Amino acid sequence: MAQTNQLDAGMIAPSSAEQQRQTRRMAQTDRLRKILTTTFIYVLLTIFVIIAVGPFLISAFTGFKTNDEIVRGAFSLPEVWRWSNYADAWKQARFGDYFGNSVIVVIPVVLGSVALSILTGYAFGRMRFRFSRALFMLFLLGVIMPTEAYIIPLYYLMDDLGLVDTYWALILPQIALSVCFGTFWMRGFFAAIPTEIVDAARIDGCTDWGALWRVMLPLVRPAILTLVVLLFIWTWNDFLLALVMISKEELRTLPQGLAFFQGRYTTNVPMTAAGATLVALPTIIIYFALQRHFIRGLTSGATTG
Amino acid sequence: MSLLLARRDNTSGPKQKAWTPYLYILPALGLYAFFILYPMAQTVLYSLHDWRGFGVPRFIWFDNYINLFQDPIFTGALLNNLRFITFYTLFPIVIGLLLTVLIARRRLFGLPFFRTALFMPQVMAVIVVGVVWQWIYNPAFGPLNELLHNLGLSGLAKAWLGDFDLALPAVGIVATWVQYGFCMVLFIAGVQRIEESLYDAAKIDGAGEWAQLRHITIPGLRAEISVALVTTLIAAMRVFDLVYVTTSGGPANRTMVAGLYMYQNAFEMSRVGYAATIAVVLTAIILCISYFVIRWRSQMAEE
Repeated sequence: MAQTNQLDAGMIAPSSAEQQRQTRRMAQTDRLRKILTTTFIYVLLTIFVIIAVGPFLISAFTGFKTNDEIVRGAFSLPEVWRWSNYADAWKQARFGDYFGNSVIVVIPVVLGSVALSILTGYAFGRMRFRFSRALFMLFLLGVIMPTEAYIIPLYYLMDDLGLVDTYWALILPQIALSVCFGTFWMRGFFAAIPTEIVDAARIDGCTDWGALWRVMLPLVRPAILTLVVLLFIWTWNDFLLALVMISKEELRTLPQGLAFFQGRYTTNVPMTAAGATLVALPTIIIYFALQRHFIRGLTSGATTG
Repeated sequence: MSLLLARRDNTSGPKQKAWTPYLYILPALGLYAFFILYPMAQTVLYSLHDWRGFGVPRFIWFDNYINLFQDPIFTGALLNNLRFITFYTLFPIVIGLLLTVLIARRRLFGLPFFRTALFMPQVMAVIVVGVVWQWIYNPAFGPLNELLHNLGLSGLAKAWLGDFDLALPAVGIVATWVQYGFCMVLFIAGVQRIEESLYDAAKIDGAGEWAQLRHITIPGLRAEISVALVTTLIAAMRVFDLVYVTTSGGPANRTMVAGLYMYQNAFEMSRVGYAATIAVVLTAIILCISYFVIRWRSQMAEE
């Protein structure tokens, strides 16, 4: 023992002053290199942040300018902060109406999808039954399928039901599609609940139904919040379904309204920029408030798939 | 609602127990079957018919398919989808990996901030992204050309989205800008699960940064890379919103993609059967991609 200790000490402690100086110099260059790499990384990351956030920022600023100011330069701050552009976009360009439409569609979609997904996720995660695997695969199909796969006959189906140009034409298909991801998402969390907890609830006289709402639901609450956030953003941002189903101007959703406005008034840059900012704003606010849920949901939702 | 109430009674008797799971699934499955699965099956049926959206459809076997593959706009659109793979898949995964290598295994102050900011484009509506970038690319008063003028590079200023050769890369860059943050966040989470001891062992063996990346980081991120592959490849095949709002497929179909061509055929030109054929082909391609990437992943996992 003593011998090895001595050996170690001999290897670490330099035997001469020359060596001591050398190690110190090496440590110095090492530290210098570390500082340089860290600085480099920070500079690079800052550039990336500017590229990621910059377009939204200058677009929000542009919403405050006049057309003359825009021609003079995109990067300067507005001379006067004209809130009137935003007010005009909200009122005259009807972004306020579109905003209301989006809210009317998003709320039932999120609530309905989450409620149904809790039921299916519970069934697939905790119950044994015939064809459960095949049925689950069927739901998974809906996660992979592109909108293109069903949108054309869906339009004629909605037409037959007399639902084209109503909110239902957006709400019902959105729920039908969202339950696919929701089922897949909730199943994992229900399956992960320890069996003892469920058994204890049963012994206490809970039915399946009671165990779900009183015992398990509180345990999967974080998963539900993440699901709410994901479904909100997907429904809020959806474009193709609205484009196909809605032709009445007063029923347009926000992304649809923005696309039409930009298509018709290409030269009205301040108002378009103000409109784009209005569409983006709720997403940005919710994203920054609940960013952990977004990032965890979007990445882990994908990883388990 | 009556369904929900009925269920409660069913759970009490032991004999009805076998039915319970199906009752939990029924409402969701009913909606899904009626509004998604049924139209999906109909799409295949539509594709075998000549139909203009009204009147009696005429059954024409596979004529639509034969015409489709002789249609230069469609083959051109599919080719453009393939070109978009460079921007939707290749660039984001490479940039995501490089950023991950740079930041993931260091203790950086403010990492959550950078992660949140770089991920942000991913959560925006594609329409907003498209509208903002269309303005950035504007040849007359767009910030990009202004920036080039200010840097003394006026010669590089272009009508980006109107240029035959530049339009597709210009739209593609926007896609890269949206996607790389997603790849990066995915990879960072993955790297944090790789055991530190592997890197220590590699360092003792004298492995440099590059060797560590090749032999530890990339193999360790196999699952995350396959997820990034599936998601971004599908996104490249499905691209619609971004092209619709930036170029509408122009100039001269240089940015036309399969999804947009399907939309135009179905809802602007009333060639419904033909549009359904495009939908079937596009869906088949997307399913194939998913299948092969998932198989590749499980093969890699076995090795």
